[in-house]
Amino acid sequence: MKRRDFVKGAGGAALGASALSFLKVLPAEAAGKDGTAVVVIGDTINSLDIHRSGTSRPSYQVAVNCYDRLVAFDTKTLADGSLSYDYSKVRPELAESWTVAPDGMSITFKLKPNAKFQDGTQVTADDVKWSLDRAVSVGGFPTVQMKAGSLEKPEQFVVVDKLTFRIDLLRKSKLTIPDLAVPVPFVINSTLAKKHATEKDPWAREYLHRNIAGSGAYKVARWNPGQQLVYERNDNWVGGKLPGVKRVIVREVPSLSTRRALIERGDIHMSYQIPGKDAKEIKAGGKAKVIGTPVENAINVLGVNFKFEPFKDPKVRQAIAFAVPYEEIFQTAAYGRGVRMWGGKSMTPETPVWPQPFPYTTDYDKAKDLLSQTAFKDGFKVPISINMGLADWQEPTALLLQESLAKIGIETNIEKIPGAGYRTAALVEKRLALHIDTFGGWLNYPCYYFFWAYMKGHLFNSSNYDNPAVDQLVNESLHMETTNPEYAKKVMKMFEYAWADLPRIALWQPVLEVAHKEELEGYEYHFHRVLDARKFSLKT
Amino acid sequence: MSGSRLAIVGHRLLQAVPSIIGIIVVTFLLTRALPGDPAAYFAGPAANEESIAQIRAQLGLDKSLPEQFWVYVVDLVDGDLGTSLTTGQEVTDDILRRLPASLELTLAALIFSIGVALPLGIMAALRENSWIDHLCRVVVTAGVSLPTFFTGLFLLYIFYYLLGLAPAPLGRLNILYLSPEPVTGLYTIDALIAGDFDTFWASFTQLILPSITLGLFSLAPIARMTRAAMLQVLGGEFVRTARAAGLSRRTVVITYALRNAILPVITTLGMVFSFMLGANVLVEKVFAWPGIGSYAIEALIASDYAAVQGFVLTMAILFVILNLFIDIIYTLVDPRVGIDS
Repeated sequence: MKRRDFVKGAGGAALGASALSFLKVLPAEAAGKDGTAVVVIGDTINSLDIHRSGTSRPSYQVAVNCYDRLVAFDTKTLADGSLSYDYSKVRPELAESWTVAPDGMSITFKLKPNAKFQDGTQVTADDVKWSLDRAVSVGGFPTVQMKAGSLEKPEQFVVVDKLTFRIDLLRKSKLTIPDLAVPVPFVINSTLAKKHATEKDPWAREYLHRNIAGSGAYKVARWNPGQQLVYERNDNWVGGKLPGVKRVIVREVPSLSTRRALIERGDIHMSYQIPGKDAKEIKAGGKAKVIGTPVENAINVLGVNFKFEPFKDPKVRQAIAFAVPYEEIFQTAAYGRGVRMWGGKSMTPETPVWPQPFPYTTDYDKAKDLLSQTAFKDGFKVPISINMGLADWQEPTALLLQESLAKIGIETNIEKIPGAGYRTAALVEKRLALHIDTFGGWLNYPCYYFFWAYMKGHLFNSSNYDNPAVDQLVNESLHMETTNPEYAKKVMKMFEYAWADLPRIALWQPVLEVAHKEELEGYEYHFHRVLDARKFSLKT
Repeated sequence: MSGSRLAIVGHRLLQAVPSIIGIIVVTFLLTRALPGDPAAYFAGPAANEESIAQIRAQLGLDKSLPEQFWVYVVDLVDGDLGTSLTTGQEVTDDILRRLPASLELTLAALIFSIGVALPLGIMAALRENSWIDHLCRVVVTAGVSLPTFFTGLFLLYIFYYLLGLAPAPLGRLNILYLSPEPVTGLYTIDALIAGDFDTFWASFTQLILPSITLGLFSLAPIARMTRAAMLQVLGGEFVRTARAAGLSRRTVVITYALRNAILPVITTLGMVFSFMLGANVLVEKVFAWPGIGSYAIEALIASDYAAVQGFVLTMAILFVILNLFIDIIYTLVDPRVGIDS
């Protein structure tokens, strides 16, 4: 009758707290290796299990910090001195080495013999198999993500011996190994999990929802849902260099202004994911440091739905692309923080780099000229739909667009749709005519982006774009190695189509910003955009 | 309580049952009539039609409405309010965890409110149309017309950001402290019970700014009601007699006038309390207070049926108990009033 446990007022005891090993008064003053870092986030962590259906995005950080995977992305230092994951290099985490078979159809991993779970038991190939089987079997987002790396069936995962694990591939793909480094295929202590599994719950969903059974850099010392999560360092971690702090407290503070007051006063070490306005002002104010990292493989776009009658004419779409007030939107909605995605020199790309600026600029004369060559030269009416959950940047963008499109005779009204409803309308029903959207692919390859956003019927293709040539190019390049000379050619051809057909008009590449106190070092940016605290350290 | 009182209480609780049943049915229908699809919300970032349909079946939302209602009622009888999708916890756990937080905040706000509004109202009544009456008017109008999130942020800005007097608005307790052994769920009381003055002081200081913010809002009804009731009573014959008989000022005002004027004030207090309990969302958001108001709003936005229904049901029951409590206080204050006819 766990529901009746009223006496567990703060809920800490019932929620997987290991023995509360710290003092009643935390030595927060202690810096150096025994310090405590405090991070605030605006959303809520609602599960410790990324495989659970309904797990919110902020909860993915638990999979990152408390669990390990076979491999991980290496780290690189960016121009501004900040750390970022390196998508081009994969390094060992639980696997000490791996070899691809001569025929390329399987990969054999050798596990680190000293890898231990947080309860002291050894990490074996059986644990890896159970965990990967779980990832491909639970359905929903985790299974879809595994599929992206051609990891689809439990039969592909083979236990060779206690420390050797083999994955049989369905096809050769450059995406398989990187897909093993994303948060989803984490390794669970299957012996511990199976103890809590039941017939109705063979994957131990109930247990892993509230408890960690992993080998990662941190244990969860305390989880008060809706309030805070406390990580405590696992001193037996073998996945990398030990974190430089003993404890990380992640506190949920819904109010943006409060988070800003906290970081500016220095009462917390980091405010994770702040909007452009705050980033600009905090940086100028000098009370805290700000790190902004462009989000790879992501663009904020204006979606133009091919099902809407006027948009079926390519000249109308191009007219719109010339009528977008790019710089104004960038300064107003993004506060000048991001990467400009317009002003490209020609309609044919010269490099296979994505994203890159689209060959359009703000040119109302050109826009009016193009529109006058169509059947809609007298203009038409169309709603601009925005996601209320992202109104902070989408609303100013929509307002500026409204003003500009009116100049070429297109009358618009702004339709605000609440978060969950927006996803369904835009991605599932694909019924929004003109909409503001954003998508970022986890695996940093252009073909991956096009797979999700440009292929017919695929989820993030909210514009009903249907081009068999593009579909073919994506299918051919998706699993091709980037070193293959054909790859660059195919990818650049895809860009050409994207720029000519314009189902998505690029506005700017967003930036992920964090504000942190001088003392906190070791922030590392990742494609998954959640907090990775494993390199944290506090300066003394 | 005496035997007859007990019987009357029981009788009243029984009378409340039909309203509770009505509330259950209405909330059930209302939540499902709202736009927004919980299945789409919880199917996650990469959800296509298939995944959404999967989640819908998992949530039991593909069944017919009467079937869903039956399942809900059966669970309810068992004491199971369902699982919240936003927090991933059982709704009962969520509510039992968050209600004490809201109660503590509301009670503190009420104490502050009464402490300021009651004397203000009494003095305003005693010196009608004097400067103190006007001051009372200005203070309460300002308090009620400024939105709570504005007052909250403003107070935070002055007392925390600029002056550094208030503690960091990180919720009920500073991160340095562990919450005290739960007895009532109110950190301040529990800390005192445990004899832990450090934790008591820590939780008390965290409570000051949010309760003032919330309390400012309820100054108006309490002060105005006190003033109006006092004015009426002070004009009565018996007060004139008491004064003429030479009773001290204090006895006349407090023992005689206030005691008679207090009834409408108590009614107002009851209404203010129940209003503050549910509607303190904005204060909770600004001060990161893990209360039940923000819980309900999050659930509403996400179309989290179980959580919303659980919240409404809890508030309804609380309201019934509160009304009963107030009626009992009436009988204690004024012997002329009986609980029931």
